Order: sequence, then C-alpha cells, then structure tokens
Amino acid sequence: MNSIIFTAGARILVALLFVFSLFMLLRGHHLPGGGFIGGLLGAVAFIVYSLACGPAEAKSALRVSPEGIAIVGLGIALVAGLVSFLFGDPFFTGQWYWVGGDSYETSLFSLNTVLVFDIGVYLVVLGSILSLAYAFEEET
Amino acid sequence: MTSWLLVMPIAVPFATAVLAYLMRRAPSGRWISLTGSVLSLVASIALLIAVLNEGVIAAQMSNWDAPFGITLVADYLGVVMVVITAITGLATAVYALGEIPERIEHLGYHALFQTLIAGVTGAFLTGDLFNLYVWFEVMLISSFGLLVLGGTREQLDAGIKYVALNLVSTIIFLSGIGLLYGVTGTLNMADLREAVANAEDQTLITVIAMMFMVGFGVKAGVFPLFFWLPASYHTPTFAVSAVFAGLLTKVGVYAMMRMFTLVFVGDVGFTHEILIWVSLLTMLTGVLGAAAQTDFRKILSFHIISQIGYMTLGLALYTPLALMGGVFYLVHHIIVKANLFLVSGVANKLAGSTDLRRIGGLYKSSPFLAALFIVPAFSLAGFPPLSGFWAKYLIVKAAIELDAWFVAFIALFVGLLTIFSMTKIWGMAFWKPHPDGIDPVPERVPAKIRVPMMLPIIGLAIMTVVIGFFPEPFVQFAETAATQLLDPSDYVTTVLGAQR
Repeated sequence: MNSIIFTAGARILVALLFVFSLFMLLRGHHLPGGGFIGGLLGAVAFIVYSLACGPAEAKSALRVSPEGIAIVGLGIALVAGLVSFLFGDPFFTGQWYWVGGDSYETSLFSLNTVLVFDIGVYLVVLGSILSLAYAFEEET
Repeated sequence: MTSWLLVMPIAVPFATAVLAYLMRRAPSGRWISLTGSVLSLVASIALLIAVLNEGVIAAQMSNWDAPFGITLVADYLGVVMVVITAITGLATAVYALGEIPERIEHLGYHALFQTLIAGVTGAFLTGDLFNLYVWFEVMLISSFGLLVLGGTREQLDAGIKYVALNLVSTIIFLSGIGLLYGVTGTLNMADLREAVANAEDQTLITVIAMMFMVGFGVKAGVFPLFFWLPASYHTPTFAVSAVFAGLLTKVGVYAMMRMFTLVFVGDVGFTHEILIWVSLLTMLTGVLGAAAQTDFRKILSFHIISQIGYMTLGLALYTPLALMGGVFYLVHHIIVKANLFLVSGVANKLAGSTDLRRIGGLYKSSPFLAALFIVPAFSLAGFPPLSGFWAKYLIVKAAIELDAWFVAFIALFVGLLTIFSMTKIWGMAFWKPHPDGIDPVPERVPAKIRVPMMLPIIGLAIMTVVIGFFPEPFVQFAETAATQLLDPSDYVTTVLGAQR
C-alpha cells in the first residue's frame, strides 16, 4: 500500500496500539483486560506496521520469528503454572506477593504468577496471530 | 500431592513441545522429544499406581473448588487411556527417529506431536466439559499441523476435509455445551449428573444429548459421520497416521462413554437404542468400505471405523459385561491399530509403495516383518488367542446375554469380513511376488532407519500377545472400569469433595 498519509499515520498508530496493548496486559486480572486481548492489540499494531511498510520490514522489526514468540509464550505460561508446586499448592494456583500492604486495595503493587501467565498468553496470541497474518501476506 | 500426579502427564508433553520446538534445527530436538515421551510414560504409570491404590482421584486446578474450577479426574477408564496414550506416544516417538526426515523436523514436527499427546491426555483426564472442548481444540490444531507437514497436494486436500468436518463437529459440541449450561448452570461433569437428572425439561436434555452424540460421533468416526477419516488418514507420515489411528478417534469414543454413562442416562432406552443401530451400521459400512480398497493404509482406515462400532456397541448395550468389553476393546484396538499403521510404513520403505497392487514379495524377503504383521492383523480380526479375540468375545457374549441375536450375528459377521481384508493385505503385500521384480529385503533400508522403525512394532506386538495369553488382569481391570462407569457415585463424590 503506497499512501503517504497511511505510512505517516501508521507510525503514530503503531506506537499507540503498542502502548495500549501493554496497558491492557498489565491492568488485567483486577480490571477488564489481560494477556489475550493485549496480545491481539499487539498483533494489530504489527499488522498495521506491515501494511504500511511491507511484510519484510515488519518481520525485521519483530527480530524473531512469530512462531518462536508463540512457543516461548507457551513455555512461560507453563512455568507460571508450575511455580505453585514450590508452595505446595495445586497446578496454576496464583502466588501473590503484595508490596507495601496485604491486599489489592492496600498495597502499592504486587508480584504474582498470574501476570507471568498473562505475559505467556500475550506472547502466544501475538505470535500465533502474526504467523497467520504474515503467511497470508506472503501469499498475496 | 495427588494434584501433581494428575497434572504431570499433561505438563510433561507441553514442556517437551516447547523445548523440542526451540531445538528443532538441532539433532538434539528428536532426543528431547523421545526423552519427553519416556517421562510421560513414567508420569502416567505413577498415576496408574495411585489410582490402583486409592481408587478414583481428583484434583482442583488453581485451587478453585468444584464445580467452579477445572477439575482433573482419573478413574480406571481415564487412567488406562492415559497410560495407553503414553505407550503409543513413546512407540511413535521411537518410530519417528527412523522415519521423519530432517526437513519435516525443522518445521516443528516434534513440538506438534508432543502437543497432540498433551491434548489427548488432557481430554482423558479432564472433569470439566468446557475444558474437554479446549482439549479437543488443542488436538485439532496440532493434528492439522501434523497432517499437512510436508505440504504435498494430497496432504492439503486431506487436511481441508479433516479440519472442515472436525470444526463442524466442534461447533455442534460447543452449542451443546452452551445449551447444557443454560439448562443446568454447571459444566462440571460430576455436578452435571445430578443437575441433568433434576432438570425440568427432560426433552431438551435429550436434544442436547443427541447434539453431544453427533459432536462426539464425528470425532469417533461413526456412521454416517466418518467420511473425513478415510479421506485423510492415508496422507501424513506413517508415524503420524499411527498416532491418529490409535488415539484420535478413541478420544471421541471415550467422550461418548463418559457422557453417556455419567451424565445422559435419563432416557437410556432412547439414546442407547439409537447408538446400537449406529454402531451396527458403523461396523458394517467400515468393513465393506475396506473390502473395496487396494491401498494398505486406506484398508486400515476403513477398519478403524468398523472397529469403532464394536466399542460404541459396548456402550450402547449398556450392561456391565458390554461396557467391560467396550473398555477392553478400546485398549486392545489402540495397540493393534497403531501397530498396523507402523507396519505399513515399513512395508512402504521396503517395497516402495502402499498401493497393494504395486508391492509384494514381503513374506519371502522379510519373513520377520510378515510375522510381526500377522500378530496385530489377526488380533484385529479376532483370532484366538490374541487380544482381539477376548475383546470380541466379551462384546458378543454381552449381546447374547441380552438375547440380542441380531447384534451378535452382525458382530461375528463383521469379524469374518475383517479376516477377508487382512488376508487381502497378506496375499497382495506379502505373498504375491513384487510386480516390479524388486526384492524387498530389510537390507534395502539402512539400519539407522530400520532399527528404530522395527523396535516399536516388536514392542506393540509383544503387548498384543501378552494381553492375548494373559487376559485375566486386563479383563479384571476392564471390569472395575465398567463398574465405575455404571455406578459413578465414587467419581461424583471424589470430584465434588476433592480438596487440594
């Protein structure tokens, strides 16, 4: 697609979409959002970029293969589930550490395995959607 | 720690898949996959021992109590399916060392294979209906990947048919889940048992039950929903087709057995009567379809369908003996059928084709392979004293006890036609001389490829013979499994009362 307006607009749009996708990822669990929707938004950012600058350029911007991203995401999600073994809880039980308090309302922020799982989901969704999208773009 | 016993058979193949994918371009990828398969087998045997000691075991994932969270359950039927999945997985992982070329390994064969095993295992262990749907999807996606790896024209053609029809089945299944949730407000299988029995609108329940029967029926490949199976199973690599043949349709049968003994038992006279006729037609059409084929794998594919009929018949007759026969049949069939597909792969390597008209001479040149073919082939046909004889014996006896003479007659008649197909393969691939004058001696294939391909065939053949000569413990196991299916009170109380 050779439109100057689109190419120029895409630069801002891609950045905005990406920030928004990370925002969605981080606000998940307690508020609407999470890894799945964040991953979809991230994929949209890359797809817009590849429409504006061409698939080859978008692929080099991604640096690693989308399939690799997806499978690493699967591994991260799995590890997040396995952590609860160390605490004697069943598989996938969320482990929480509250910083500066003892619950969602009182603490500043928390370290938890749920976010790790969500990051895994984010990468799986981003990777698999992108590998589909790039395959289609190569066809046409 | 029971929770982790239940998780490991699923988590190990997933972890293996991740590592095998990252290492897919290195030779270590295939050894990671093989190690993962060994560990899966260890994990599932650990689970088997736990179930043998404690009876039904269940665990709540993420610590959300049933019926709200996802429950993993293992009863006798579930655990034996997990073990047999791990055995088939290991056998085909060894076989793949010889068969799968590097080109296909680089595309991520081992990762997809391990994901498929994880999906199948998950389907056998889950106690939650929506989770079962998720496992079906995991299986569908990874099996589609395996089916088209290599990217030949036939494979893509088969892949499209396979995915399109399986998606239809999944959508029907999902709609059934949605309706069931609307009626009962729960999707935990143990919880559903009571909720379905107490539901006001039993007609709607029966309708939903039929949606499940169709959904699982496509997966299992019963009449008249089986046509995707012979259209696709002869195209992928032989290791893949062996896993498909052994495991995929059995997940459909398992799901049917689970749902129609645990949940949909309100109108057995209606639902299971339909299932009897479906089973008989499945057995007949499968075996007649096979008679018309001349391709090694296509004949075997049609036989999968015909054998599925026996298993669903065990469920349809709905007596302790029949269900026991069904469970026994399920286990025996996975071993035998996977093995026959593995044999067809070796025959292809030696003689150059799977088209029976274009090969021959295997008996004279490779008598050992011929002997290894005889064991699963005659077991499939139900020759005493191989495992298939006991499986058929139990089903036929159950039919006769119900005075269902017609059913018993069809079951025996289909067995006879199965012998016809097996002798056809025997005559054309093994006895007649090779049409091109090739001498298909084993030495035509380098030992590096031949040995890993023969080992799993030998192993599975030994299992068939062992089950045949010492059926006692296996029959007893199947009997307990059937008892648990017909009276799932243990299952229900364990799931709903399971803490940690």
